[in-house]
Amino acid sequence: MDLVQLQRQLVDYKTSLYNEGFLDEQFTQLQELQDENNPDFVVEVVSLFFEDSERLLNELTKALEQQSVDFKRVDAHVHQLKGSSSSIGAQRVQKVCIAFRNYCEEQNIEGCVKCLQQVRHEYSLVKTKLESMFQLQQQILSAGGSIPM
Amino acid sequence: MDIEVLSSMWPEDIEHEAGKQFNVEKPRGDQDMLEEVTIVEEPTIVDFQHLIELTNYTDKGSSQLAYLVKHWEYKQANAVRLLREELDNLSRQRQESELKKLEILEEHRFEEERYGGDKRSISILDGIYDILQEVPRRKSNIVVPSKRVEIDAEYDTVIYWKQRAMHLEKMLETSMQREQLLKEKLQESIKNLEKQSSPVEELSQILKRADNFLHFVLQTAPVVFGHQDKELRYRFIFNHFPSLQEEDILGKTDVEIFTGSGVKESQDFKKEVIDKGLPAKREITFETELFGSKTFLIYVEPVFSKAGETIGINYMGMDITDQVRKREKMIKLREEIAVQMAKETEFNRTIHITEETMRAKQMLATMSHEIRSPLSGVVSMAEILTTTKLDREQRQLLNVMLSSGDLVLQLINDILDLSKVESGVMKLESTKFRPREVVKHVLQTAAASLQKILTLEGNVADDVPIEVIGDVLRIRQILTNLISNAIKFTHEGKVGVKLYVVPEPPFAKEGSQPVSDGSTCNKSTVNVSKEETCTSMPQTSSDQRGYHGKKYEGSCQNHSQSEPGTLVKNGTKDVSEEQAELPETTMWIRCDVYDTGIGIPENALPTLFKKYMQVSANHARKYGGTGLGLAICKQLVELMGGRLTVSSRVHCGSTFTFILPYKVSLSCDNSDDPDDLSDMDDHGATNDDASADFFQFQQRTLGSLFSSNGSSRTQRLLPHNIGYCYANSHKFNGFSETKEMDFVEDSCSVAEAVEISSEPENSFRHSSDPHNESAICRDNHHWNDENAEARASTRDVSSCSETSRDVDTKMKIRGPQLPPKRQEKSDNCSQSTLNSSQEVSNSISKPKILLVEDNKINVMVTQNMMKQLGHTIDVVNNGIEAVRAVQCRSYDLILMDVCMPVMDGLQATRLIRSFEETGNWDAAVKAGIEQPLPSDSLQPDCTRPKRTTIIALTANASSESADDCFANGMDSFESKPVTFQKLKVCLEQYLP
Repeated sequence: MDLVQLQRQLVDYKTSLYNEGFLDEQFTQLQELQDENNPDFVVEVVSLFFEDSERLLNELTKALEQQSVDFKRVDAHVHQLKGSSSSIGAQRVQKVCIAFRNYCEEQNIEGCVKCLQQVRHEYSLVKTKLESMFQLQQQILSAGGSIPM
Repeated sequence: MDIEVLSSMWPEDIEHEAGKQFNVEKPRGDQDMLEEVTIVEEPTIVDFQHLIELTNYTDKGSSQLAYLVKHWEYKQANAVRLLREELDNLSRQRQESELKKLEILEEHRFEEERYGGDKRSISILDGIYDILQEVPRRKSNIVVPSKRVEIDAEYDTVIYWKQRAMHLEKMLETSMQREQLLKEKLQESIKNLEKQSSPVEELSQILKRADNFLHFVLQTAPVVFGHQDKELRYRFIFNHFPSLQEEDILGKTDVEIFTGSGVKESQDFKKEVIDKGLPAKREITFETELFGSKTFLIYVEPVFSKAGETIGINYMGMDITDQVRKREKMIKLREEIAVQMAKETEFNRTIHITEETMRAKQMLATMSHEIRSPLSGVVSMAEILTTTKLDREQRQLLNVMLSSGDLVLQLINDILDLSKVESGVMKLESTKFRPREVVKHVLQTAAASLQKILTLEGNVADDVPIEVIGDVLRIRQILTNLISNAIKFTHEGKVGVKLYVVPEPPFAKEGSQPVSDGSTCNKSTVNVSKEETCTSMPQTSSDQRGYHGKKYEGSCQNHSQSEPGTLVKNGTKDVSEEQAELPETTMWIRCDVYDTGIGIPENALPTLFKKYMQVSANHARKYGGTGLGLAICKQLVELMGGRLTVSSRVHCGSTFTFILPYKVSLSCDNSDDPDDLSDMDDHGATNDDASADFFQFQQRTLGSLFSSNGSSRTQRLLPHNIGYCYANSHKFNGFSETKEMDFVEDSCSVAEAVEISSEPENSFRHSSDPHNESAICRDNHHWNDENAEARASTRDVSSCSETSRDVDTKMKIRGPQLPPKRQEKSDNCSQSTLNSSQEVSNSISKPKILLVEDNKINVMVTQNMMKQLGHTIDVVNNGIEAVRAVQCRSYDLILMDVCMPVMDGLQATRLIRSFEETGNWDAAVKAGIEQPLPSDSLQPDCTRPKRTTIIALTANASSESADDCFANGMDSFESKPVTFQKLKVCLEQYLP
């Protein structure tokens, strides 16, 4: 495959991610942190994010399935998720988290459950997007090209 | 002849003028109004026979009859008298006329006229007889000629005599005529008299009118009246609404007629009236089948015979049921209103009092808080002052000042706690903790400040689980309070704590299943000393597995070095997950704090837990204290759902007992936690038997240690100073790098990482252990060792360990039996840390930055950004760790996340600021952070800590306002996520 085409595809894909609001400038910051000393930084951080988020989502699911929901606990989890997502620039996840926390404060179980679904949805979306982006990057790298910023 | 009308014939009306009680209109012509009124006459049922008898026998009746008869007789007599007078008149006239006739004859015989002119006319009914006005005057229509008979003829002639005879004959004739007339009149008069109406007729007419009037008046009145004889049989009754036939009533008594409540009462009442002979009134409520419920006002008067004996009663009743009902309703309403009013008043008063109390409490809390800050400044300044050169007197004064200040501070803290509990602000936390550890630490702390020769002992039963869930801070507070109380009032002997599981006490309402004997937890941990550890991370925080694993690894190494015989299971499972999966059960643990002190007199026991109460004023003077401690303990215990009780004997001692519920994970295999094992080397000699559940402390070294100085305060702190001076000079320089490794799995990627051995990490973790006194000892030991090395081994290792042994001995933890291996280890470790210290000193010009952040992704990002900006930063995960980090090392800049588990950034900042202001960590200690080393306030060369720039990292959540940040002593704040730009600005602004 044409390397230039792949590179363009990556750039386009990334732009679309920004345009569609999946990512924000914080992700750019992340990318800027990556250098030859730390070539896999973004992937590392994002993998950490995936891991962490999945754990949190599981926790949240469990917490909301309880007979009496410990909203403090739920809120703490959402707070974590919100912090992580904002740190990597997963904007849409972060936004749902904000709404989620409001429902927590209101102790609104239905709202929380709805938000959990949304968050899960947004998370899986951003995860797929990021993964395919990393795949593209991998392809470019294996083809001997460099990743366009 | 006019008919004479009788005056009123009604009873009682025997001719007294004023106040006639019964007035009947006299009918005048056709004005009889009664004629137009229909009068129903049935109601009166009269036993006429008895009425007659009655009138015959009773005073009243007979007098009336007598009056009537008298009247009648009088009238008859009057008529007879009149007639008699008339007759008299007539007969007199007749006599006169006969006399005249005789005279005439005599005259005629004697032929002499001597009689003539003295004749006069007589009226038969003259004024003398005017007895009754009504008697009409009658005029005499009889004219008696009075003139002399005139005769024209010559006297004594034949003619004359003839004439005379004729004349006389005429006169006689007239007289005869008159007589006849009078006779006729007399006849007529007699006839008239006969015709005149009889008085009985009159009487009955009048009676009838009166009767009609009565009916007219009473026809709708709710009145019953009647007469009963002395056997209370009805003889007469008037009832407008009769519901019984005549034969049903007359001759019967009330009881015979009616049944139901009230009948008997009325009967009795009537009897009473008969017996007493006095009229009376009473209100009686009848409940009869006939009338239903009715209330009558009954008037009963006795009736007497002429002889004065009671022969019956007159009785009158009026139905006042409605009135009574209304009255009762009114009374009820009035009562209700009164009650309402009273309630209202009471309520208002309560509201008022409550408001006042609330306000007072609020005020108290605010005041206390306001007072505390400046006061802690005063106290800490005074403490610093004690470190300067002072003469004896000054030192004494200062000591007084300090102890007073401490007391006030304690009092204010107590008040704050109390008002927090009372106003419901106090929130309980539930964290996992180890009861043995708590008991041990509390005792250690108490032993450290012990100034008497006392034995402190702790005894934890086997069935008490290793870990329970509860508010450890509060439980410690209670325990500390009770123990210090016990120590205060105990002069010799011992003070101890006993902990054991009890079945659910009766006061616990919520059912909790009986706790199993906990052998699963227990057996496996018997050989392990449990009281030594507490992980630096909260179990519930989102620690990563990798991170845990790392830690375990380190401690495993550590462990295998010291105790190769014991196997360690690697608990890689995330604790929080484990916790969520496991069922929890409630276990009641009883804690006895006993002493051999002065005891409490029985009469003081009830007020013991009251606020500001001490056993007596004498005690207060002698022992000091605020009198709030026990009140707080009790409130805290009750807040946690438990009970605090006391039993005591004077001069023998007291036992305070509190029973609290704890949550316990049923299948807890926490004993596998390698942290337990890592500490075993501290207790090499003690952990092989059941005495792991038993601690004992004594103030043995009192004399030798505390001889130099008068101030107990400085004495107390002295032994720690030895260790701390050294440690402080090194600033724990191994710390930052090892910490970093905790977070980043790939520890090698950290550029400045020093050579890492398990040892520095281990030591770091211990220093961050919130409760770990003996860990501190070990740290001391460790740093002492290091110091010895650094100073070109002028002292050998063994002498250092002597120092540490001193400290250990004081705690009576078998310190001297340190395994030799450990000392070697110390050597190694000091080697490595020496390196790091050199390296650190190379980069001394670099600003020291601490990131306090619990989210590891944020940590990673921020750390990398800082790296790009050319800074290496230390990272900790929560407020408590931040405080510890600051305790170990001073920073130029702290980036502090606000919202964190365990302790948030605001509180951590407050504690750090408090340290900077006061030079001590008292506030942190109060918040539950044990000082790794004693306060440096007594070090002669101690300089005031400089102010660290603290920048808040906020998530823009509502709970994290900028105001809060500034109010808690932060210098600035940045919103998350952190960016290059923000960091750069911060660094430029706040780092020189």
